[in-house]
Amino acid sequence: MPDPFDTDLIARDVSVPAAEASPLRTEAAAAPTVMSPARRRRRGYRLISPVVVVGLWQLASSTGILPASKLASPASIAHTAYTLVVHNSPTYGTLQGSLLTSFERWAVGFSIGIIIAVLLAVVTGLSRVGEAAADPILQALRSIPLLGLIPLFIVWFGIGELPKVLFVMLSALFPMYLNTFAGIRGVDSKLGELGHVLGLRRAEMIRHIVLPGALPQALTGLQLSVISSLLALVVGEQINATSGLGFMITQAQQFLDNSVIMVALIVYAILGLLLNGAVRLLERKALAWRRDFGQ
Amino acid sequence: MAPRLRSVKGNSSERTLVSAAGPLNPAMAASVRGLSRTFGDRTVLDNLDLDIAPGEFIALIGRSGSGKSTLLRALAGLDREVTGQLSAASPVSVAFQEPRLVPWKKVLANVALGLRVSNPEEAARTALDEVGLTERAGAWPLTLSGGEAQRTSLARALVREPRLLLLDEPFSALDALTRITMHRLVLRLWARHQPAVLLVTHDVDEALALADRVLVLGQGRIEHSSRVTLPRPRVRDHPELVALRLRLLTELGVPARETD
Repeated sequence: MPDPFDTDLIARDVSVPAAEASPLRTEAAAAPTVMSPARRRRRGYRLISPVVVVGLWQLASSTGILPASKLASPASIAHTAYTLVVHNSPTYGTLQGSLLTSFERWAVGFSIGIIIAVLLAVVTGLSRVGEAAADPILQALRSIPLLGLIPLFIVWFGIGELPKVLFVMLSALFPMYLNTFAGIRGVDSKLGELGHVLGLRRAEMIRHIVLPGALPQALTGLQLSVISSLLALVVGEQINATSGLGFMITQAQQFLDNSVIMVALIVYAILGLLLNGAVRLLERKALAWRRDFGQ
Repeated sequence: MAPRLRSVKGNSSERTLVSAAGPLNPAMAASVRGLSRTFGDRTVLDNLDLDIAPGEFIALIGRSGSGKSTLLRALAGLDREVTGQLSAASPVSVAFQEPRLVPWKKVLANVALGLRVSNPEEAARTALDEVGLTERAGAWPLTLSGGEAQRTSLARALVREPRLLLLDEPFSALDALTRITMHRLVLRLWARHQPAVLLVTHDVDEALALADRVLVLGQGRIEHSSRVTLPRPRVRDHPELVALRLRLLTELGVPARETD
């Protein structure tokens, strides 16, 4: 009563083509957790150039070399920021209110984009049929320059929140999708064989082997998605906005108030730094198994 | 548990009839009839027959490219392109040449992965005790030494209580001292758990130290079989082993000189 091979659940169907060296072997370990005194000192040195630049800038402004109508001085930018925080101006609203509006736009668009990207990548990454069905259209969409879509978005969705959120969503989607897909396909096929030998079921294979194996590259995708979605936020917000940081910028442009523009840009920059830092932190936690490599 | 019986590519039953070894024997830990495998126009396994008795320790040697690993992979169910008949007493476990630990799972979770018992963690801990790795249970695989990683892999194979244990050159990347330790460990675990073992190796001395039977694979078939009856642990320069070594090396196409 020989039963055919096909009744065996063969894992390799589930997973992955032969992988090149997986990323976990090529990348060096992350920074050690305890900072040495030398490192601390070097970190101190890193403050030198920003402090010098800001100092020179202030000097140029105070002496009148840099006219305030072109670029406000650091001191007046700081003062503007303070004013925007404590006073609710009829022209600009408050800085924190604008930031919250912008952040909400970004967070909603980004989350939806990432969720869709991961779902798509799992489908196309795990099945050849899924790949054949969905990948061509995704590759085609990816090659459209997103910034070029803005006029079309206005035609389609008007000037409300929807086009802005969609714009952020789309720019978060593609880097995440491409990297997660590549990560899934790059999972070491030897681990797929192992899973088969250990008798893992399909769902177990995905949960224990495929998804964790794709995680390092998916997190790289997440980082790229943060960058490109923030860019989309900045651009998208300046189009017919009635609230948010982009609205502050367009208002300030009309009143030729460059210090408000500078404040908004700095807030964008801080937002970018914080979000990037959050992804890095997530990376360090999620890839702890890699950190100890070589120690 | 019933042995897994597999027939591949339909026409195999005719071959079984003409096989000199008789029909497939499901009472064996592994039984293979008329197994063939080609890669392109290269025939690696050619109508191969093999029986492995329950609890028997077999070492399979052969020149590189002779198909040792292909045979092992067929028995592990990892090769769907083989033709012929094959039965293997499940559960079958495999320890690979590279330990293949899942790098994002700690040692204990690696051993427990896919284990279907009521308390997988406890079973895994017991298995780690057996290979002497109790205190490394919480370590990440990438922090293990080569010997520790291979012992983890062995624990993961044994915790499934296999009736057929397939070892694919698991010691070849280890240093000489670690290898000796691993040989002792394998013999101890084999004596305790009594699985049939198929050890693929290119090391004649390793084969002679461990196996009940040493098979030489060549031309896609079992070309030679030597029984080793000496009790273990075996002394390397026992006259019987010396004679067998010469014989096996000749079979492998490297006739040894007096000085070897």
